[in-house]
Amino acid sequence: MTPQLEIQLIAAVTAAACALVGAFLVLRKTAMLSDAISHAILPGIVLAYFQTENLNSPLLLIAAAGAGVLTVGAIEALGQTRLVKQDAAIALVFPALFSIGVVLISRFASGVHLDTDAVLLGDPAFSWIERLIVGGRDLGPQSLWLMGSVLLVVAAFIALFYKELKISTFDAALAGALGLAPAAVHYALMSLVSVVAVGAFDVVGSILVVALMIAPPAAAWLLTDRLPVLLGLSVGLGVASAVSGYWVARLFDVSISGAMAVMAGVLFTAAFAFAPDRGLVAQARRRARQRVAFAERMLLVHLLHHEHTPEADRECRVSHLQEHLHWAPAFASRAVRAAERGGAVRRSGDRLALTDAGRASAQRAMVE
Amino acid sequence: MIELDYTLRTVALGAAVLGLSSGSLGAFAVLRGQSLLGDAISHAALPGVALAFLLTASKAPLVLVVGAGLAGWVGTLCVSAVVERSRVPYDAALGIVLSVFFGLGMVLLTYIQSQPDASQAGLDTFLFGQAAALVGRDVVTMAVLGAVALVAMLVFWKEFKLLLFDPDFAASQGLPVRALDVGLTTLLVIAIVIGLQTVGVVLMSALIVAPAAAARQWTDRLWGVVALAGLFGALSGASGALLSATGARVPTGPTIVLVATFVVGVSLLLAPRRGLVAAWARGIRNRRVLRVAGTLEDLYTLALAHEDVHYPHPAATLQTMTARPEAVGPTLDRLQRQGLVEPRDDAWALTARGLAEARRLARTRADEHDPARLGAEATGRRRQPGEPDR
Repeated sequence: MTPQLEIQLIAAVTAAACALVGAFLVLRKTAMLSDAISHAILPGIVLAYFQTENLNSPLLLIAAAGAGVLTVGAIEALGQTRLVKQDAAIALVFPALFSIGVVLISRFASGVHLDTDAVLLGDPAFSWIERLIVGGRDLGPQSLWLMGSVLLVVAAFIALFYKELKISTFDAALAGALGLAPAAVHYALMSLVSVVAVGAFDVVGSILVVALMIAPPAAAWLLTDRLPVLLGLSVGLGVASAVSGYWVARLFDVSISGAMAVMAGVLFTAAFAFAPDRGLVAQARRRARQRVAFAERMLLVHLLHHEHTPEADRECRVSHLQEHLHWAPAFASRAVRAAERGGAVRRSGDRLALTDAGRASAQRAMVE
Repeated sequence: MIELDYTLRTVALGAAVLGLSSGSLGAFAVLRGQSLLGDAISHAALPGVALAFLLTASKAPLVLVVGAGLAGWVGTLCVSAVVERSRVPYDAALGIVLSVFFGLGMVLLTYIQSQPDASQAGLDTFLFGQAAALVGRDVVTMAVLGAVALVAMLVFWKEFKLLLFDPDFAASQGLPVRALDVGLTTLLVIAIVIGLQTVGVVLMSALIVAPAAAARQWTDRLWGVVALAGLFGALSGASGALLSATGARVPTGPTIVLVATFVVGVSLLLAPRRGLVAAWARGIRNRRVLRVAGTLEDLYTLALAHEDVHYPHPAATLQTMTARPEAVGPTLDRLQRQGLVEPRDDAWALTARGLAEARRLARTRADEHDPARLGAEATGRRRQPGEPDR
């Protein structure tokens, strides 16, 4: 494999793992915990790194998972004192832990591989360099193996505890009543988020990992109502962000992880604008359609009202609608065309007449 | 030496100015439940810094700050657009804006770095901040911006206060709630961009939240929280910046954040009424009062079963009547000091005053169980608004 392909593969696997745990964070309305965890694991990573001197060591994963669970526990304990609100508790705990991590790095580890920029930004460009070599054979980049195992663990956890996750996500009270231990599920999920965050931080850094965790699932949620589809779409969108981000970065010679986050944002924006049912465009079209449908009814009622009256000849004209119903000419002709298409109105020149079907539906509209 | 003092003074002054403005304006954000909005704004400001530099090729503080402010402001607009026009929840919208804008900022910064002619040095201090780089004109810019924001806050004090505590009432009084909301968010954006160069985009949000969270523990009044938050912010800023500027190789942002967090910790523990220590002491006192009353009542119950109400009963009997037998001894000593019981023949008897007190307690208890009062109040459940009276 070429380094190019390996980098893309690492990025794609990372994005997939992020998207899978992120989907549950978004659905549980705890998305900002990903931001908190990805920052707060830093002291755990630094301390473990001092021990192992290797960023791909499994000890880092364990230390980070511990730090992540501790963070969530600290946030919840602080919130439970009722002295600060839950969101303020998040905003107090993670900057403090992150600061401790940064101070540790700059006091004791500056100049080594772990520096503050790498922590924030990560860099997939070098992720392929450290190789896994067993018995003299090169089995590929260490971080690919690491993220691959993380992805497997995440996928296995979701497959094994799918029912528990689903019920505790959508109805925590029901999950409790059924004995599904929503608190245990919550903390298990949080430790998974920490493991993914520490695996991914080498590749995308602690801030951009948030983009890969939240943006693809949020976009997927605008596209579907079904959890399995949402999980699949999240992974697909995450991988698409990673790979397209890589190529954008190559094209403009800019930060790969930054470009991956930007592409995740672009895909989310696309879903926000163009999602078939819930996108901005769909919302606008639905509103426009409803406006025309309402206008069509008003037109029918108007025609019915003046049918067979002396002033019918003056009232039942397209040119008169602007005056009587205050419709702009373009809108009036749209409403008339819609009525004609529906077979409710016959038009001869400027003169409009109700058909039998049109008369019936106008009478129905009056009753409603 | 004089040179060093001048630098240190500049740094401390700048950090105090930013702490003052972010602390007092942050109080509004925290009280409105928007603690994490500052995080999104400060990250979203990064591409603005880079774009401002790309477009003007200038590193003048005002130019970069205006760019940062505009980008942060656009970020808040994106958050509200996503929340209002889709089902994506608020915190996910914050996370998306935060990380995607930051990613864009990184893309732009690396693009600037790749340009051969540009001298981009200094732009990356916006990540973690560098107080040591503060010079006089930076501090002047910060002070002017901070003063503008604080004056605006004072001018619209009454309106912002109403928006904060009762937006519906504010709307019914004909106040332009939407415009006030945008205005208050704009002031928050200003407070954040003031600190970006010193604290950095990553940790600036902590300086919005921490001083306010600390101040909230000491007072229940809005002006008190705002003023104290400003004070805590200024103190954390100045002392953190000095620590970082004098200590070796410690970036400023994290140092200021750790000082501010320390202030929060002290406040949470030691604040007079809300503090954890005060609550803990209150709990102990309450439990002791309950134990004293309980033992007195137990003794009264025993006394009623005997012809002589002042007949002594051994402590061991009382111990069988309570969930915490080991506390009965000290409790009896306490009752004796209050003159409510007296020891007689290795046992304990009610005094005349103790009997009166026990009767009073029993009456109160009987009142509590009076069926006539078994309404919502006695069951400890408050009636919900609109719920019919039972």
